[in-house]
Amino acid sequence: MKPVPDADTKPYWDGIADGELRLQRCEACGQAVFYPRAVCPHCFGRPLRWFTAAGTGQVYSYTVAHRAYGEFADQAPFTVALVDLDEGVRMLTRIVGAGSDGIAIGARVQMTVEQIGDADLPCFRPAEGPHTPQEAPEPAK
Amino acid sequence: MTTRRAAIVGVAESDVGKTPHLTVLSQQALAAQAALAEAGLTRDSVDVLFTAGAWSWAPTMTLAEYLGLQLTYTDSTNIGGSSFEAHAGHAAAAIEAGLIDVALITYGSTQRTSRSRNSPRPAELTAQFERPYGMPMPVGAYALAAMRHMHDYGTTSEDLAQVAVAARQWARLNPRAYYRDPITVEDVLASEMICEPLHKLDCCPVTDGGGAVVIAAEDRWPDVATQPVKILGHAETHTHDTIASMPDLTVTGAAQTGPAALRMADVTVDDIDVAEIYDSFTITVLLTLESLGFCKPGEARDFIAGGRIAPGGEFPLNTSGGGLSYTHPGMYGIFLLIEAVRQLRGDFAWPRQVPDAELALVHGTGGVLSSAATVILGTV
Repeated sequence: MKPVPDADTKPYWDGIADGELRLQRCEACGQAVFYPRAVCPHCFGRPLRWFTAAGTGQVYSYTVAHRAYGEFADQAPFTVALVDLDEGVRMLTRIVGAGSDGIAIGARVQMTVEQIGDADLPCFRPAEGPHTPQEAPEPAK
Repeated sequence: MTTRRAAIVGVAESDVGKTPHLTVLSQQALAAQAALAEAGLTRDSVDVLFTAGAWSWAPTMTLAEYLGLQLTYTDSTNIGGSSFEAHAGHAAAAIEAGLIDVALITYGSTQRTSRSRNSPRPAELTAQFERPYGMPMPVGAYALAAMRHMHDYGTTSEDLAQVAVAARQWARLNPRAYYRDPITVEDVLASEMICEPLHKLDCCPVTDGGGAVVIAAEDRWPDVATQPVKILGHAETHTHDTIASMPDLTVTGAAQTGPAALRMADVTVDDIDVAEIYDSFTITVLLTLESLGFCKPGEARDFIAGGRIAPGGEFPLNTSGGGLSYTHPGMYGIFLLIEAVRQLRGDFAWPRQVPDAELALVHGTGGVLSSAATVILGTV
């Protein structure tokens, strides 16, 4: 299922086509914003400036879908997760490359662009190599 | 200042389960006719119609025309499964303001017969960041919440299964329930895994069904044929639409609406005799009990343990068998109101009847834990 980019979101999907995760940051309050929009959901300010995120974060929660519908039915089982990016926003995504042990809440992950059906989507795989554990900032309420 | 009070004076279901002989409109018409007849009120007494659904671009206009209603007030609130609790609140507020005398709330769905539940919708606007990932909805979102609750509090699949087992015990007392065969915790755990950690029996079935609720201002109570069940408190909210925007997957909007509705009714959770709490999935009940304040965060597993929510237990919950076993035609919230009213009127025989029930808490949840609406009902 192809996402339908619009005036708010085209820069985001252009970034994914370039292998980059682009987010917005509010110039009024300094907080990162996802999904893209015209006005900051945190402070109602603007403008929102695009920047390229690190593409790293940690798993807030996940589920393994054993049954799926429509064009996704043949893909099951697959893992869907909520990932808290290090910039302080949360996104729904898929986890790939986690192996037979699967993924865990709190696991460090990094962005990878994967083809899901007919769409190229930002997904996440377990982060490689040693890293310094860090607390991801709580997403803004 | 004297408040002009509102009460539910008539309730009815249409046929529920599988209803190929009904349409989404005829279901609501038949339920409305039965609920008005029970109340002893005429069609022409209705000032406002509330309904919710995706079967028309303007459901209240479509259905009002079908019913032959000419209205003086209108409200098309649709916040998913909790819409009807919000409708009851809006009706009470409009009655208090002197704008209406009689409100009719209806719901209908043929999603079982039409198998319409999982038809694809385009990945546009905010859905472009969700639908292309193929997560089954809404079960996937509730599974994400369940997984996080397990991580934070040590809740287990066995704890979740207790909710389904108790619902089935209540359903065995309800001849209209969709599922009435007894189940055990082991049956729930052995049922098909849908979205980890939720098994098939952690999920509500997909059924047809409709219902109606009639609300009247206190000036009309002397004329009605039933015992009025007063709307003592109500509150509503929505916290997000897409699950990625839910601030904390273990706390729902009930944390706001529960205390607000109880405060309006001037009662506490300890005063509640019977609770009807939306159970789209087993996890929905645990999250809602905690958020409403019946127990602390993470303690719902202990709160429901030992048969406390089953027939004969200390905390009668979802006494119809709930969305998990009685019926779940897409938006279940109207059936919570119907069951609470019948319990408070004492319509049933023991053990389905909760003895001496005078105060009920009704809580709807809509979307993906997105909307919350609480109504406090009482006969005192």
